[in-house]
Order: sequence, then C-alpha cells, then structure tokens
Amino acid sequence: MRVVEAWRVALDALRTNRLRSGLTMLGVVIGVAAVVVLVAIGTGAKREVEQQVEGLGSNLLIVVPGRLEFNSAPSVSRLSLSDVDAVSRVVGDPSRVAVTVTSGETVRAGTRSTFTTVQGVLETTPQVFVRDVGRGSYLTASDVDTARRVAVLGATVARALFGDRDPVGQQVSVAGVRFRVIGVFAPLGQSLGVDRDDEVHIPVTTAHRLFGTNRIDGIAVKAPDRERIEALGERIVAELSERHPDTEFSAVTQEQILGVLGDILGVLTGVLAAIAGISLLVGGVGVSNIMLVSVRERTREIGLRKAVGARPRDISVQFLLEAVLLTTIGGVTGMALGVGAALLVGELSPVPAAITWWSLALAFGVSAAVGIIFGVVPAQRAGRLDPVVALRTE
Amino acid sequence: MTVEAADVTRTYELDGVSVPALRGVSLVIEPGDYVAIVGPSGSGKSTLMHLLGGLDRPSGGRLVIGGRDVSTLSAPEMARLRNETIGFVFQAFHLLPRTSAVDNVALPLVYRGVGARQRRAKAVEVLERVGLGHRLQHRPNQLSGGEQQRVAIARALVTDPAVLLADEPTGNLDTVTGAAVLALLEELNTSSGVAVVLVTHDRDVAARARRQIVMRDGLIVPPPPGQAIPAPRRPSEDES
Repeated sequence: MRVVEAWRVALDALRTNRLRSGLTMLGVVIGVAAVVVLVAIGTGAKREVEQQVEGLGSNLLIVVPGRLEFNSAPSVSRLSLSDVDAVSRVVGDPSRVAVTVTSGETVRAGTRSTFTTVQGVLETTPQVFVRDVGRGSYLTASDVDTARRVAVLGATVARALFGDRDPVGQQVSVAGVRFRVIGVFAPLGQSLGVDRDDEVHIPVTTAHRLFGTNRIDGIAVKAPDRERIEALGERIVAELSERHPDTEFSAVTQEQILGVLGDILGVLTGVLAAIAGISLLVGGVGVSNIMLVSVRERTREIGLRKAVGARPRDISVQFLLEAVLLTTIGGVTGMALGVGAALLVGELSPVPAAITWWSLALAFGVSAAVGIIFGVVPAQRAGRLDPVVALRTE
Repeated sequence: MTVEAADVTRTYELDGVSVPALRGVSLVIEPGDYVAIVGPSGSGKSTLMHLLGGLDRPSGGRLVIGGRDVSTLSAPEMARLRNETIGFVFQAFHLLPRTSAVDNVALPLVYRGVGARQRRAKAVEVLERVGLGHRLQHRPNQLSGGEQQRVAIARALVTDPAVLLADEPTGNLDTVTGAAVLALLEELNTSSGVAVVLVTHDRDVAARARRQIVMRDGLIVPPPPGQAIPAPRRPSEDES
C-alpha cells in the first residue's frame, strides 16, 4: 500500500469518529501544553535570575562567611568594619569595596508607615553595584564617618510614605529614630515577584547603632578586571581566614552564583517537566486504549481488507499511522495552547515565561513518539488478526 | 488456474478440544468452472471456501492454489495470492461504510500498489459492467441490497481474478434480486471465464450450477448417479 493512501485512510478513520478522536487527543493536548508551559516558566525564571545577577554589575566578588553551596545553612557573620578595612587594603582601592548589614524595620513619615528592608551601607555602593539615584543624592563618606542619620529611599518606599510628593529633605523615622531623606533611587522594578525598590539605605555606622550590632553581613568587591578576579578572591579569603581562624569564608563570583542558582532552577524545571510528562504518558495510555477499541470495532473491516489482499504489515501501518496522527495533531494543538498559556502567564503574573524552540521540538517529538509507542500494540494486534475470524465477527 | 485440494482437513481448537470442521476433502476447481458447494450449516462448506480462497490454511492434506502449495507460503505471500487470484463475495456484502461505491471497488487495487487514477478508471469500468455506472459516488447506505451485492461483486472482479468465491451471495437478498445477482455471476462466468464457486444451503440456487458438491459433517457426500466429481490431478498438469 502506498504511504499517501495509508495517511488518507488514517485521516478518514479519525474523521469518522470525531468526538472520540477529539477526546483522545485532549489527553495529549493537555500533556503537551503542560510540558510547554512549565518548561517556559522554568526557563523564564532562570533567565530572569541570570539577568538580575548580571545586573548587579560586572566583575563582582561577593564575600560571605561560610560556603556558598546548595545545601549549606547560612553562617552567622563575624565580620566587622575592621575586616572591611583589611579587605580594602588587599584590594588596594577602598572605593571598590561595599558592605551591607540588613534588618527589617518599620519606616514612618507622618501618619504613613511601611515595613521594609533597611540596609546599612558604605558610600561606595553605587560604584560597586549598579544602582542609580533618581532624585537628590547618595550617602557620602562623611555621612558614614560621622554616622549621620540620613537615608536614601527605594522608589516603592518613597511612594508609600510620600505619595507623589518629593521626599528629599523630608523627615522619616526608622525604628523610631529620625532620619533625613537625602535621595530616592531610580526604580528597578520587580523580579520573580520580589519588589527590588522596597528598601532603604542608611550609613553602615548609623545602622550599627540602630540595630545594636557591630557586625556586617557581607562584603562585595568590584574587581579591576575579569582575569584576576579568582586570584583576588583567594587573597581576600586568605586574609579573612587569618583574622578569623575558626571561620570559613567564601568569595564567589557572579558566575558561581549563576551556577548554583542555575542548578536549583534546573532541578525545578526538570521536576515540573517530569510532572507534565506524566500527564503526557496518561494521554498516551488513552490513545492506546482507544486504538484497541478501534481495532475491535473495525474487526470486520480488517478481515475484509485482508481478504482482498492487505498484508499484516499494511493493516499494522494503517493503525499505527492513525495513532501517530492522533498524537501529533494533539501535540501541535497542545503546543499552540501551551504557547498561548505561557504568554498569558508571562503577561498576567510576576512569573516570567520564556518559550524556547527546543521545548517545542521536544514536545512535538515526544507526542509523535507517544503515538508510535502506544500505537504499536493495537496495530500489531490488528495486523495479526485471523481474516476468517475477523470476517465472521458481528 | 486451478485450485486443488487433496485430502484436506481442518481442525479448530476450542478450549483445548479439537473440533474437526473438514475431515479429508478432495476436489479440483477448474478454470471457468461453475460449482455449487451445498450442505446444511455446520457441514464445513464455509471452512472449505475459506481454504479454497487462501484465507485459511489446512490442518492436513495438500492445498494448491494456482500451482502454489499454501503450506509453503508466508502470511504476506498468502495476501498477495488472494489479491491476484481470488475474488470474494460475502453474504453480508462487507462493504466499507462511509466509502463511495467506486472507492469500495478500487480497494483491492490499493493493496496492489496501483495509482489512484488507474484504480478509479478500472473501478468505474467494472461498476459499469455490473450495471452500476450510475451509482459511482453512492455510499453503501444509499444503495439497495441488490446494488450493494453488485458493488461487492465488482470489487471481487476488479483484480481480474481466476476464481470468484461467493459465500451465500443471495442469503441477504429477496428472491427477485437474488436471482438477478445469480444471473450476473453466471453471465460473468460465461463471458469472461472466471471460475465461480457458490457456497449455499439453498438447493434451488445450487441447482443452477454446472456441478454440485454436497457436504455433510466435514466430508463430501458421494454424488448422485449421473454426476461425477473430477478426480484430483497433479499440479504439473495445472493451467495457470
């Protein structure tokens, strides 16, 4: 039998049982759509995190106590400002070193208040990280040295406390202490549902008094160039280890952070895709089931075709093509649905969705494979039917 | 081409019990023959017809169709043999529903690898020959019983077979249309020389054949005086 003929016969058979074909396809449609959507979300999240980490600035080295690993608990920091001075000496340029000490605090202005992240920082922060001040100015070295009670607000905090008014020059209270607003950051927007404008920067010295501590949470260093970044990291860790023999330190680059986050998101995407894959598998079982019903229903037709000269292979191919047609039509529909749903998710929720060509190709390939795998048994059964028995079937 | 059965048996296994359907049948279908196989139901006549048409294989004995011993043939070879030498007509017509008369008739040519245009031309030609040139695009449910059986006969003829096997071809038809279908088979037998084997339990239908083979309990009943069943010949003497 010619291939074109076989396709035509298979298509006719599906058309004859429209409702049943449609319902059988639905299983595959849902499975493929789920794979496409979930892979798109996973990929989108990964891309967003990568952009965000890269957006911190180039050649960045983050120094933290403990190890940056998948499964290590965060260590309590023993770093102090004298350690920062030591790191600055290693780097050779204090303006390339930034620090942070963070606490969640309530910030008030008049009758309005908001709970936000308050970070104690050095005046070097805008040079080390990419962070632009939209209005007013940033902290100065003398603000840090004299522990002035001045603050730079994130755009969200500014809007929450002052609405459309200009906050620069106004008073706010952080944890009950009065601060003068000297600047407002340019908005960064949201990423992965986290508002990056929901923070307040104050001098690290002021923060130490306010939070009642002299520790700092972490140090960030902007390396002069990419080539020597690893060596610089090692020197910083060696210096800090000498100062704190009982504590372990890590200096990680953006690439390393990206690697760890990539691992986490990769596992997450894999798990999501596997769950979606299960629904595709269930769809495949449905195809198998319906094909068996179809073979039984058309036993007489199979007998007749055999009587007039169809070989067992001709019959098997006919039913196999029918199964493959079911799943590939379902697969293409599912892809369209999945792409639509992914775009909708990207539009309506903070979760970004990135549609990749490989996920579409994979979904299509898998659905065709499902048709073959789950079509083989019914097709073989049809091919092996005894024509005499088949013709006698009512 | 001849079909030759020599001491053919066929036994079915049903739940571990052997049920003999044919218990040693010998006969020869000659080119241009017109034979009726008669007998009560359960006598083995349908089993014999399936064997003669290459749809089934004997459990014992020798069955040679067109010079080829079916015991040596694989399933695909049997399929090809059926396609090239045998035409089947069934009591229940066995037409594909939702498929036009012309496509039903062309079906055997699909499995011969004939192109669509040629298939259609040949199918139209055969349908005209059975008097259905005006019903080409009709579907089985739009045709009368007699017309459906004519379509089935056209389908059996489209491959120019040597033998036409008809299993109760008038069983689902009224007397008048049944007679017309028989007349058509007889006309094809005389005009184109296709051998016709009719399986029937209707004595009147059987009486129209050139010779009758009467079956009972899986065996051929010796013929009444004046009628003889030709003895089996050796395959070397076959015409094909």
